[in-house]
Amino acid sequence: MRRSLLAFAYVAAALLALAFLLLPILAIFAHSSPARLVQQLSNPVVTDALEVSLKTSVLAQLLIVLLGTPAAYLLASRRFPGHALAVTLVELPLVLPPAVAGIGLLAAFGHFGLLGSSLHAVGITLPFTQSAVTIAVAYVASPLYIRQAIAAFEATDAQLAAASRTLGAGPARTFFRVVLPLARGGLIAGLALSFARGIGEFGATIMFAGSLQGVTQTFSLAIYAEFARNFDATLAMSGVLVLFSIVLLVALRIGLTWQRSSSTGSPSLFGLTSSS
Amino acid sequence: MATLLLDRITVALRSYELELSLEVGSTLALVGPSGAGKTTVLRAVAGLVRPRAGRIAVDDDVWFDGPRGVDVPAERRRIGLVFQEYALFPHMTVRQNIEYARKHGADDYLERFRIAHLERARPAQLSGGEKQRVALARALAREPQVLLLDEPLSALDAHTKTAVRAELHDLLSTLDIPVLLVTHDFEDAAALADTVGVIVDGKLRQTGTPSGLVAQPADSFVASFTGANLLHGDAEPGPESTRVRLDDGSVVATADPAHGRVVLAVYPWDVTVASEPPHDSALNVIHAPVRSIAELGNRVRIAIGPVTAEITAESLRRLALVAGRPAFATFKATGTRVVAEHEDR
Repeated sequence: MRRSLLAFAYVAAALLALAFLLLPILAIFAHSSPARLVQQLSNPVVTDALEVSLKTSVLAQLLIVLLGTPAAYLLASRRFPGHALAVTLVELPLVLPPAVAGIGLLAAFGHFGLLGSSLHAVGITLPFTQSAVTIAVAYVASPLYIRQAIAAFEATDAQLAAASRTLGAGPARTFFRVVLPLARGGLIAGLALSFARGIGEFGATIMFAGSLQGVTQTFSLAIYAEFARNFDATLAMSGVLVLFSIVLLVALRIGLTWQRSSSTGSPSLFGLTSSS
Repeated sequence: MATLLLDRITVALRSYELELSLEVGSTLALVGPSGAGKTTVLRAVAGLVRPRAGRIAVDDDVWFDGPRGVDVPAERRRIGLVFQEYALFPHMTVRQNIEYARKHGADDYLERFRIAHLERARPAQLSGGEKQRVALARALAREPQVLLLDEPLSALDAHTKTAVRAELHDLLSTLDIPVLLVTHDFEDAAALADTVGVIVDGKLRQTGTPSGLVAQPADSFVASFTGANLLHGDAEPGPESTRVRLDDGSVVATADPAHGRVVLAVYPWDVTVASEPPHDSALNVIHAPVRSIAELGNRVRIAIGPVTAEITAESLRRLALVAGRPAFATFKATGTRVVAEHEDR
């Protein structure tokens, strides 16, 4: 008797939690008729926001991958004084409140910021431009990619990189033909996480880039700007983001499965270990 | 044939320093317990570990020279290294693994190593023996100046091991490059190599032919590593032979002159086993209960008192020995060797 009651309590709690998590998502699609939502997708506010979000996100993620991948590989494969500190610092933006990140970016790159006058001297103004959105997104989202990439590189078998070297492949060929393909799954998972965080970016962007329609107003900012004026538009945009999130979630799952199936062992740089 | 030369190579290991000189002409096996630094020797030759000092060269090609600051990167040393777990690239097919080492002519290697039918398979789908053939093919596809094998048989189960060992032996005898292999198993080393070096705590203890090591082990460690029974006792010169009172009280004779505290080495194949008291020329008879009977293929190892004997499965059936029941183990005084005691770490 008691046992079945406990089992019932487990199932009830699980169903309640699941319903709680799913309800808001379902409500987005249930609130208005699908036809009205689809109609909103041609609203200029929505199309402008979509364009800004896509452009800045893609650019930001490109920056993150190009700079973050080598950084993560170095942190995963080399041990040097200050290594632990470096890994911790990489993760700092992750725990920083987004508004603080925005203020920090302004204090660094703003007109009166640390680098602001030097940038101004060479004709670069960042705050409240589309570049500012890209920078804010890159700043806030990069730790998610780098963290995952470090883990992915650390999980690749060091013997395989060593084997590659003994077969006549230099560091570059070893990296691109052996290490990168083996870490691929983890890198994709990291990119999915970073993309999701970047698309949802709000605080840092609004502080550092503002919310100008067609220039710096991303999807997330547009949802906030529109919800008092045109609730259907915010629902339509939210719906798009829900679908996008599902795609990212699937990418994340696939990435993590790949990673698990392709690697074991501990890291080393191009298969070399120092003897001292 | 070329010669691989290691001249006073020093590598700092966790608890001690590896330090050795080696000259590898045909096939040399380094044997030793795990943690003796065997794999490190291979990694140093391959350029994956940088020694602190010394010189590594193949004929006139100097790969490492500490004092002169020469350190050729791993990818520019023409070596073939077969890793203990083979280290095949899991994301490539068998063919791609071999083509990684050489762009053209992979077919020859696929055929020579009888893996052509597996060319499209991924490493995860291969058996242990197949993986080893792919790893060997890949290592040799580079046309190396030296072949290095790290525990070539340890990743295989006992069943495939015997067949693969014979196969590997045949392959090694056809190669005309120096082969340096490491293993923790003296039998494997003896089966595969002309010369065996026993390495302990990073130092080379003794080098010689497998039969030479068995005939004249440098100390008790080498003796035990090559499979001997070690009997500890006190020696006293007798009129015809040396008498040794073993620690368990029994007395045995040895033809070697000795005095005081000694270690006697007796090889299992020099010990005969009987269920009745023997009447032959052997001076040493141990009458004790059978401690254990272990079958290894067609050979059987029987522990009687302090010694282990090796006999055939057929003899075992004829003698009808049972664990726990007394039996006789006999060996000749000339079948014992007095060896120096090895100080354990």
